[in-house]
Amino acid sequence: MTPETLLYALTFPILGVFLGLVYKGVDRRVSARLTSRIGPPIRQPFWDVGKLLLKETVVPKNAVAWIFNAMPIVSFAASMTLLLYIPFGVLKAPLEGYGDLVVILYLLTLQSLAMAIGGFASGSPFSSVGAQREMVLMMSYEMPLATVIVGFAVLYKSFSLTTIASTPVWGVAGPLAAMGVLLLFVALLVVTPAELAKLPFDIAEAETEICEGMLAEYSGRNLALFYLSDAVRGFAMAALEVVLFFPFTLTSILNLNLTGTPYYVVEALWFLFKVMVIYLLAITLVRTSFARFRIEQASRIFWVYVNIIALVGLALVWLGV
Amino acid sequence: MAKTQYYVPVGPIHPALKEPIRVEAKVEGERIVDVDVKRGFAHRGIEYMGMKRNAIQTLYLSERICGICSISHPYAFVIGSEKALGIEAPPRAQYIRTIIAELERIHSHILWLGVVAHEMGFDSLLFWTWKGREKVLDILELLTGNRINYSVFMIGGVRRDITESQAKAVRDMINYYRIFTEEMKDVFLADPVYKARTRGVAQLSRDMAKKLNVCGPVARAAGLRMDVRQDTPYDAYADIGVRAVVPQDIVGEARGDAYDITLVRIYEIEQSLDIIEFCLDNMPEGKLMAIPNYVALLAKIRRSEGEAIGMHEAPRGEVVHYFKYGNKRDGPLVWKVVAPSYNNINTWGPLLLGAEVADIPIVVAYIDPCMCCNDRLAVVRDENGRLIDPATLHLKAVEKTRKLREELGVRE
Repeated sequence: MTPETLLYALTFPILGVFLGLVYKGVDRRVSARLTSRIGPPIRQPFWDVGKLLLKETVVPKNAVAWIFNAMPIVSFAASMTLLLYIPFGVLKAPLEGYGDLVVILYLLTLQSLAMAIGGFASGSPFSSVGAQREMVLMMSYEMPLATVIVGFAVLYKSFSLTTIASTPVWGVAGPLAAMGVLLLFVALLVVTPAELAKLPFDIAEAETEICEGMLAEYSGRNLALFYLSDAVRGFAMAALEVVLFFPFTLTSILNLNLTGTPYYVVEALWFLFKVMVIYLLAITLVRTSFARFRIEQASRIFWVYVNIIALVGLALVWLGV
Repeated sequence: MAKTQYYVPVGPIHPALKEPIRVEAKVEGERIVDVDVKRGFAHRGIEYMGMKRNAIQTLYLSERICGICSISHPYAFVIGSEKALGIEAPPRAQYIRTIIAELERIHSHILWLGVVAHEMGFDSLLFWTWKGREKVLDILELLTGNRINYSVFMIGGVRRDITESQAKAVRDMINYYRIFTEEMKDVFLADPVYKARTRGVAQLSRDMAKKLNVCGPVARAAGLRMDVRQDTPYDAYADIGVRAVVPQDIVGEARGDAYDITLVRIYEIEQSLDIIEFCLDNMPEGKLMAIPNYVALLAKIRRSEGEAIGMHEAPRGEVVHYFKYGNKRDGPLVWKVVAPSYNNINTWGPLLLGAEVADIPIVVAYIDPCMCCNDRLAVVRDENGRLIDPATLHLKAVEKTRKLREELGVRE
């Protein structure tokens, strides 16, 4: 492990948390504007986290305390690790040599799993129902998500994200495979809100049905950790989509001749802009324009429709390679 | 392996409920296998307070029974009182009353549409509908001076006139809502997600609706053509000839589910617009109050004796007020209020049984429940005039419920 990797490993999580919270703030603001409200200031998520950290952490009487307290940390650690596997624009991922897309898949799952286990351990009926729903939902959306990743593996003969990011997918794929990649993108866009537990797939946290479900019993520091990991996960998921489908650099598009610091700054800002666009399209816009599905409806959507889209995409990619 | 069962308590404090009531659902996975509805968390004693005041004070107290139906209760109150006291309101006052009652129906129905959208997680629709609802609240404020408790009715008339300029504003509002209801039909009735969440949910058959004694839009959605405005017309409704809105007239069949009730409510908004337009076009001239002098009115009440039932079709269903005047008092001797939610809440038990946890908020919201309409002091006497104590009353209620359950084939 080089000192450079260590530096990345320290700065990326801090940057990730900051960006995650900023994006969450923008998301709330834009969503409010879409529904004719003013919305909170963009710094509101920071205040929320600060407030939660100051508040008392309550552990329910009939909870399995150690699991209950451990799960927010697991979830937070998973989201922090996730950041280290995603190339940030032109920067390489700090842990690129130690893992790839499959690890990302597992890290994404780990967070949902941590929330579900925490929900079960809390001993509250709302959390138990929420955790059950989360498990069902996970089983539903993992298949299309895995199909997308397999599709990329077929295309690149590699699971490495840096390889994928360095050569844009649209250049590698032929016309048939490009159509397949487009279908994979659609499938991943539908999976995104479910992965992040946002409307219309926030079934496991449904406020009006089961009072935030798995998070019902969480408070104080534990809730703050879940809140942070949720924010980071949102950013990471959008960043992942950008890396997979839109890795074009601004210099390559505009034929700019930049080097040194300006190059990195411009590319970083361009990357953040792309992530923001995907974030707003896949999360904010969707969650403002849909009602919550019932769990069996959501399962049917993923198992039937999204799966068909993803599998057809995979088949096209396979035929086109 | 035995399936794990959980008790999911909904209420008295829960995001799906804005007022205190408790639904205890026993769930197996997502399926509800047993349900118990407990009420009686709000204690207000409004009827008792009313019996200690004079009739005019009680009239304004009756507005406070419900925050949304704040004209429905006074409407039933004035109709009942006028019948008991033998006063007749001037025609112009009757038309103004009808206009205000229908304006309230518009705002209540739009509010409900927003609430049910919120219950299924569709908050954008909630904000959109409530933004649209502001217009009718503004008009109500213009006509009465208040947004919520209008204080405009009086025994034997109304306290404020509708002037020409106000009538013009109301006509503008009608045009606005004609477009808005068309938009709502698109957004609610044609939306696949809304359809997926409401079709077949909270489905109440015609027979079950009759057995459970439901009223208002819930009964009409089940296909029962019942509406106080149609069955026992009063005030301007007698001139209009209101016909109850039922789904079979609109889409051919009544399924009685949450989708049908949305249908009924949206089309009732249109009906209300028609009624308001008719009233504005045919508004008779004349005075506003039969007895303008309050002192004279109270003196007349003190001299009068009589009892009567006043009924009004509130947005949620029929509101019934029973009155007895006499004994040289200037207020009602007996005042008994029956609000529509009291009948409609009975549907929760049978409908929730076998439903999913995700359907709880929709089943709870579809009747537009109002707890504070329900809970008032009740004194029950048996046929010999003796007070029935709470324990006996409870036993009787249990017997009745058991009998009802057997008839409906619920549990046991």
